[in-house]
Amino acid sequence: MFSFEVGSLLNIALVLVAGLVISIMMIWVERRFLGFFSDRLGPNRVGPFGIFQVIADAVKMLAKEDWIPPFSDKFTFVIAPMILPIVMLMSLGVIPFAPGVGVMDLNIGLLWIFAMAGLASYSTMLGGLASNNKFALLGALRGAGQMISYEVFMGISILGIVVLSDSFNLREIVEAQEDGWFVIPQFFGFVVFMVAGIAESHRWPFDLPEGEAEIISGYNTEYSGMKFGLFMIGEYIGMVVMSAIIPVLFFGGWLAPFGLEFGNEIISGLFWMGAKTSFFLLFFVLVRAALVRPRYDQLMSYGWLVMLPLSLINLLITGAVVLYQAG
Amino acid sequence: MFKALGKQIKIIWTQLVSLWLVFLHLFNKADTVEYPDVMPYMFPRWRGRIILTRDPDGEERCVACNLCAVACPVDCISLQKTEDETGRWYPEFFRINFSRCIMCGFCEEACPTHAIQLTPDFEMAEYVRQDMVWEKEHMLINGTGKYHDYNFYNVAGKAIGGKGKGEAQNELPPVDRKSLLP
Repeated sequence: MFSFEVGSLLNIALVLVAGLVISIMMIWVERRFLGFFSDRLGPNRVGPFGIFQVIADAVKMLAKEDWIPPFSDKFTFVIAPMILPIVMLMSLGVIPFAPGVGVMDLNIGLLWIFAMAGLASYSTMLGGLASNNKFALLGALRGAGQMISYEVFMGISILGIVVLSDSFNLREIVEAQEDGWFVIPQFFGFVVFMVAGIAESHRWPFDLPEGEAEIISGYNTEYSGMKFGLFMIGEYIGMVVMSAIIPVLFFGGWLAPFGLEFGNEIISGLFWMGAKTSFFLLFFVLVRAALVRPRYDQLMSYGWLVMLPLSLINLLITGAVVLYQAG
Repeated sequence: MFKALGKQIKIIWTQLVSLWLVFLHLFNKADTVEYPDVMPYMFPRWRGRIILTRDPDGEERCVACNLCAVACPVDCISLQKTEDETGRWYPEFFRINFSRCIMCGFCEEACPTHAIQLTPDFEMAEYVRQDMVWEKEHMLINGTGKYHDYNFYNVAGKAIGGKGKGEAQNELPPVDRKSLLP
């Protein structure tokens, strides 16, 4: 029961605790690095280097009045913020962190991630609709519009990998990269998936449903206290999931680059998976610091007119090459 | 088609350039001054907390002329003139409501005797609003402030105890208008 095999209690506890702690600490890491990127220091007051800033934030958020607007649809209003962290944690479950480390080993792991990502947008839409507020409704509308912009090419950009590895199972996809990471044959797939991943986790520059400059805070305008906190934590878990899924699909997951494997394969795998995930987490922060938010119609036309053809051509060429090599 | 392709490549290229330029900021020194730990350098002419100064002889400089109260755009200064037995004017009370004061420095410019001056001190927060009202004894300092040698009554024509008409610096004795002699 307490051993390193997929689905053991030890694994579930490890993945849950590590996922939540990393997601919550990302709030501090992100604010700190945003500070560095803009020649500031960021939060450095609470504890050494400010690492307890998150605790101070959490205390503040829990102590706030948890107000449910009397004009809202109360049941949906309460349900909506729960959906996001739950589905994000469920998609964290299928991610293979190392050989034998993970919560679930589904043979449709990739589809599971897409299913959960699709459910996550219900959180945005229901939250915005239930708030009964113009700005929240606009945010929900943008969330829905963004979802139909990126979901299509996000799915198609991954099909090249499925063709190459002949599997939907994330562990088999990682093992299929023994000979070389998929980022090289699937470079355009990687670019498209990266863009879709940022859009999927509603992170800057694709935070259109929030868009605090134009529509206050979008779908979570009416949320306060820990209900808002659930939206925020869900977004950060989504960021961790995206940063973990990109290495799994394109950068060899737990496989060490250049044969730099050391010690136990679990320790080595966890180290390299953690290093790759951290790189993409910090890249997400850099993207937030550097790029500006596109307009709502710009994202949609970009998704349908550029990204979708690009991913289709990528899939077509990949399929042709695989068929040619098969003879 | 190639034109559209070139446009897309240009879009992606500019995004990558801005990513790189922002990334380089990681290696810059932060501009932040960590204020409570590190006091920033405050310039001598900074317009901060208001003080009342004394002349080099240790007497109050303020002559209660009310020009500062007139100049004040938010009407936060109030004072009452009184006279001592030598004929010297001074404020009976001098009150500044710092919860109104906007630190514009007009009072300092209006003051004919360099009595009211603004200092570089800016830490004036209080928990009780009434504590923001400062009386003369809170503001009056024992020094001359920014102007060390100026003594209004030494250069003014007004007669006070120990100094008659025409005895001030650069002042001629009063002309006897009833005599025609030069």
